[in-house]
Amino acid sequence: MKVVKKQIPSIDGKGIMMGRPAFTDDLAAPDSLIIKILRSPYAFARIKSIHIDEARKLKGVELILTHHDVPRNSFTRAGQGYPEPSPHDKFILDEYVRYVGDEVACVAAIDEKTAEKALSLIKVEYEVLEPILDFEQAIDHSTIIHPEEGIHEMFPIGFEPKRNLAASYHMHINNVDETFKSCDVIIDEVFYTQAQAHSMMEPHTVNARLDFQNRLTIYSATQTPFHVRRILSQTLDIPISKIRVIKPRVGGGFGGKQALHGEMFAALVTWRTQKPSKLVYTRKEVYESTYTRHPMRLKMKIGATKDGMIKAIDCHVLSDTGAYGEHALTVFMVTGSKVLPLYNKVESVRFTGEVVYTNHVSAGAFRGYGAIQGNFALESAIDILAEKLHMDPIELRQQNMMKENETSPIFKIMGEGTEGTAMNMDTCKLEECVHKGLKLIHWNDTYPKKILNEHKVRAVGMAIAMQGSGIPYIDMGAATIKFNDDGFYNLMVGATDIGQGSDTVLAQIAAEALMTTVDKVIVYSSDSDLTPFDTGAYASSTTYVSGNAVLKAAHQLKDMLITEAARILESKPEDIDFDGTIFTCDDKQITLSHLANQITYSHEQKQLTSTASYVGHKSPPPFMAGFCEVEVDMETGEYDVTHYVSAVDCGTPLNLKLAQGQIEGAIVQGIGMAKFEEVKYNKKGYLISNSFVDYRIPTAQDVKKMTTEFVESYEASGPYGAKSVGEIGIDTPPAAIANAIYHATGVRITSLPITPQKVLEGILKLKGDRNYE
Amino acid sequence: MKVNFILNNQEVTYEVDPGEVLLDSLRKNHLVSVKRGCDSSTCGVCTVLLNDKPVLSCSLLTASIEGKNITTVDGLQKEIEEIAHYFGDEGADQCGFCNSGLALTIYALKKEYKHPTDEEIKHYVVGNLCRCSGYQAQFLAIKRYLGGAK
Repeated sequence: MKVVKKQIPSIDGKGIMMGRPAFTDDLAAPDSLIIKILRSPYAFARIKSIHIDEARKLKGVELILTHHDVPRNSFTRAGQGYPEPSPHDKFILDEYVRYVGDEVACVAAIDEKTAEKALSLIKVEYEVLEPILDFEQAIDHSTIIHPEEGIHEMFPIGFEPKRNLAASYHMHINNVDETFKSCDVIIDEVFYTQAQAHSMMEPHTVNARLDFQNRLTIYSATQTPFHVRRILSQTLDIPISKIRVIKPRVGGGFGGKQALHGEMFAALVTWRTQKPSKLVYTRKEVYESTYTRHPMRLKMKIGATKDGMIKAIDCHVLSDTGAYGEHALTVFMVTGSKVLPLYNKVESVRFTGEVVYTNHVSAGAFRGYGAIQGNFALESAIDILAEKLHMDPIELRQQNMMKENETSPIFKIMGEGTEGTAMNMDTCKLEECVHKGLKLIHWNDTYPKKILNEHKVRAVGMAIAMQGSGIPYIDMGAATIKFNDDGFYNLMVGATDIGQGSDTVLAQIAAEALMTTVDKVIVYSSDSDLTPFDTGAYASSTTYVSGNAVLKAAHQLKDMLITEAARILESKPEDIDFDGTIFTCDDKQITLSHLANQITYSHEQKQLTSTASYVGHKSPPPFMAGFCEVEVDMETGEYDVTHYVSAVDCGTPLNLKLAQGQIEGAIVQGIGMAKFEEVKYNKKGYLISNSFVDYRIPTAQDVKKMTTEFVESYEASGPYGAKSVGEIGIDTPPAAIANAIYHATGVRITSLPITPQKVLEGILKLKGDRNYE
Repeated sequence: MKVNFILNNQEVTYEVDPGEVLLDSLRKNHLVSVKRGCDSSTCGVCTVLLNDKPVLSCSLLTASIEGKNITTVDGLQKEIEEIAHYFGDEGADQCGFCNSGLALTIYALKKEYKHPTDEEIKHYVVGNLCRCSGYQAQFLAIKRYLGGAK
């Protein structure tokens, strides 16, 4: 292979660093109307009256929208397949506001100052209602968060709004209760995971304008431009053919831009005023009014024989979807489907749970969704079980975990919102990942711990993980390749590069298949008018799903080129030898560039293009083993993650450095979630963590040492053997760090984040217990 | 009010409100390499050089820079391209939203320190947040740039 598996720098990094306009707000029309949103100061309230007369009179105010002025079509902001597995429980604006930050009204004015002044002149009278802020109290609470008419599920997902249930689910394989009876050792633990905020550096940004055909053109920092187009049309009653959605470069997404946030307002303002408009979220709005990760309570019961064969897993999950049910069911199902198959030798499994509404910021898609929560619970529980069995935790895992060519019945039962797809693990190098990780972290030198001095202890911990590669039979990617004069190509994809480097990787796939170099493949992504359909950048799908589409399109185009060459060389296509630049048949030759110019300008001219699409028939999981070394101060509970080792099987890493970047970026986000990141509210439901000061994300100083190595496999169904790599990195840090902290201190933290305070409290408690004894 | 200053080696005059910050003035004047990422002077994506020192343009009143030198990546294309080259080699550039600001900080670091320690490097760039890269690839790229190794 000449182009894939090579260290090729991203095709756009230089231009972006050098300051070329690339992001949504860089491309806003000059003199756009500025949109500002009036947001709810209450966690739950009904708008009794809203007076906009004074605001409207203000010079420079062009449009004010309240719930009286917008179409009332229920929808979900989640950009998923269609029909969505999320309830249609949201209106553009509603008489109810369901969290602090929910939208009350929208103002468009000639500048920011005027828009803000107008917001302050809108008079709203609220009937303040009792909010639900404790998700464990939500089911059948006297408060009903969605009492309104006109909301519905698209197909059965267990949606019962009168009980505050956004979704619920139940599955079982054999009878766990019976199997537990035959187990020698059973552990039964409860874990809590917190809300995490995406904190991508580019805030949610959108702008709109009418083009000279009077069509609505939306520029949006979105992961799902085609879902944006569809949802705008369905919700605003604008014909879909009148809407064009352009996705410029996106400044980070992580799932947070897999939904519509400001698009409705920019679209409506421009459609009504006929003037360009833009909406750039403040950082406070990003935190207060977009998405978080779903907080969860996970009850995990595991039974095993005394020789360490895991026989039954029973998992109950309660998930907090906040005010709206975006991704409610799917995140919850992934908590089972991308976690439980890790231990596939069990006799019986049960996975049940509910996703509840609360008056928190809506939860939504976030890298590793469901999997990181489930992984923390399961991989902490496995260590707890190992101790109870007096077994080495590595040995317990090796004995029970998924191996190559094996499967799990869970794959067929659980999909994302629907039934799943049975599949065999044609590639699974988990065992090798564990071996490699053990060596790289020097496990045997440290395990379980090493006393460094009077108060410092070093320890190691680990966890294993799996993910998926797109959603089978749902995620579709398509690519068009156009052949140009002089012999270069345009690659047009609906796939969305949100910083993960997919434009580069897709160009590599096309270049490899066409035996050319990356600079000859000009990538354009994505524009609903120009690029073929793609469901979007989510579910670890771009390399696998969209990459397969690119590969198919490139092969088709190569066949077309050879056919043209055969015609010119007066031979048969099967006799042509093509090396990427020259077509040869016996002693006759034509160069690619000559052929390109001939068919463009002089002889039997034609435009060669090739379009292909791909839908996965399975979702081959990448696997990894994550190992961490921590150093804990036993006097303060403070700790550092001094080394994090990732040994990853993502099939063939098509671009080593970019794949490594996906893992390392995800590891640091995972460490942030494990150590300190936490969305926090006050007692009234007001978000406290609404800035980079109050919601701390890791900085350069927080990162010590990371080692990332790939254990290569060749996934025959993936492009050049690739599986996905975008999400899996985030899954292991919470459990690996919790396990390491336990080894260091004897304190088992079951609720994230693992703060020094919790560690210290645990240490003091243990000391106290001993003194007491 | 009018403010005269030197932007990327050229004298410019901006008409601004007294309370306007430099970030907004620059973007209004179509200089969009400088980004806004937060409202609390904490993320670093709006970094510019004020007389060769990195500062946050979101907390600098345009009215206060009369006669001063402001540099953005647009005025240091050759140097930034060199930094970008190291970032590309290490796979350190992901979404890139923070990269122009970070590149200016790195450029200033090289001017200020002859042989910074690892801790000094991390301390210098700590204000340039990045949510994509995990920082390690950035750190390796910065070290190679400072060492001048190709």
